[in-house]
Amino acid sequence: MSDKLPQPAGLPIFLLDGHEIPFQPGQTVMQAALEAGFYIPHLCFHEEFKPHGSCKVCTVKVNGRTVASCTTAAAADLDVESETSELRDLRKTLVQFLFTEGNHFCPSCEQSGNCKLQAVAYELDVLSAHFNPIFPDRPLDASHPDVLLDFNRCILCELCIRASSEVDGKDVFALAGRGITKHLIVNAESGRLADTKLAVNDKAMSVCPVGVIQRKRRGFAVPIGQRTYDQKPISEVTISRLQGHPIGHAEDQEGDGR
Amino acid sequence: MTAVAKKKLRVATVSLAGCFGCHMSILDIDERLIELLEHIEFDRSPLTDIKTCGPCDIGIVEGGLCNAENVHVLREFRQNCRILVAMGACAVGGGLPAQRNHLDIRDCLQTVYLTGMGVQRGFIPNDPELPLPLDKVHPLHDVVKIDYFLPGCPPSADAIWKFLTDLLAGRTPSLGHGLLHYD
Ligand code: SF4
Ligand code: SF4
Ligand code: FES
Repeated sequence: MSDKLPQPAGLPIFLLDGHEIPFQPGQTVMQAALEAGFYIPHLCFHEEFKPHGSCKVCTVKVNGRTVASCTTAAAADLDVESETSELRDLRKTLVQFLFTEGNHFCPSCEQSGNCKLQAVAYELDVLSAHFNPIFPDRPLDASHPDVLLDFNRCILCELCIRASSEVDGKDVFALAGRGITKHLIVNAESGRLADTKLAVNDKAMSVCPVGVIQRKRRGFAVPIGQRTYDQKPISEVTISRLQGHPIGHAEDQEGDGR
Repeated sequence: MTAVAKKKLRVATVSLAGCFGCHMSILDIDERLIELLEHIEFDRSPLTDIKTCGPCDIGIVEGGLCNAENVHVLREFRQNCRILVAMGACAVGGGLPAQRNHLDIRDCLQTVYLTGMGVQRGFIPNDPELPLPLDKVHPLHDVVKIDYFLPGCPPSADAIWKFLTDLLAGRTPSLGHGLLHYD
């Protein structure tokens, strides 16, 4: 199946599930696919930041090998598979691991309906966490006057870390530990958010794909059931949100976090 | 197909560590219940008040496992039901009751029944009729094999209807966007 897109003359192309995807030199498979209007599920990728490649939810097959599409450079004539049952199953399992590792009680989470993890799980038809839950003990940090941290929901995507250091210049967050003990920490001697310079208008406040970094006194402004991904699946929301935006073009590579 | 009177499917339902919200959502399918009853009959269920589960085609379990009796009933369902369904956030993932899982059960009981705000002359209930609480709340699939998961808190009446009509028609139940919800 091939689907000719109106494409700027002279741009090289690769194939994504048989569709011709034009790309700018320097773009990744993910960036070019999104710009061309094709959704590949992702969690740690954010179009305003340099790719991170940690969640692997964006895994595709390129010329038969599995790779992360958000860190793989687009190249002429690549044959990329994405929407296959094999890759869907693999992504589904990765998402189920994320639910298993943390404590995700969606009915009582302020992020529900706006959460990318939940929305990607809906997209992949995840009906349960499948694995035996770990139920880790992760105390909250409610020390900051305006912000609550609920570590139970963290998927370690490092977007808050990247935003705080690259855009806000504050380095409020970091990861510590390895393997299953890896966790998000707050960069202050006390370890408490109140002892950092985090402010509600910081970029780090708006990038978390899940419900860790919450503004206090803002609960349920929009009722459950009427939120972003209640209205439309994340594939549609993402493509219409990014429509007409260049993603990851050479002059735009520094992750300036607009 | 000839008009042979089709044998009705036997369905059992139960609420374990749940709030009965999922059962309320079953009732919320309203007049479609009448259509449903042309295809199914109830075995053990809060709707029939039958106390033990006999051989069934479908078992629908609301709520997770917070005490020894929950585990006993779940095993009874698994032994008797050809298809076992976890219905709702608590059955699927532990849900709200599982939010005590990071707390010590002894501390929980002491705080609630002895030292908590406003408690006077409290004592920890120890009637032998009361099932012992588990130290952690578990989703159903932690203990038995579950055939289908129907998430939601509760799943909407439309989601339950879609799920059941798919199942009764011999299709793999599929909710899709708008009916698949975790909240
Ligand atoms: S962060 Fe997302 S997946 Fe986790 S509990 Fe909140 S809504 Fe659910
Ligand atoms: S808090 Fe949110 S943004 Fe930060 S690492 Fe965890 S999931 Fe990612
Ligand atoms: S989106 Fe590519 S690895 Fe996370």
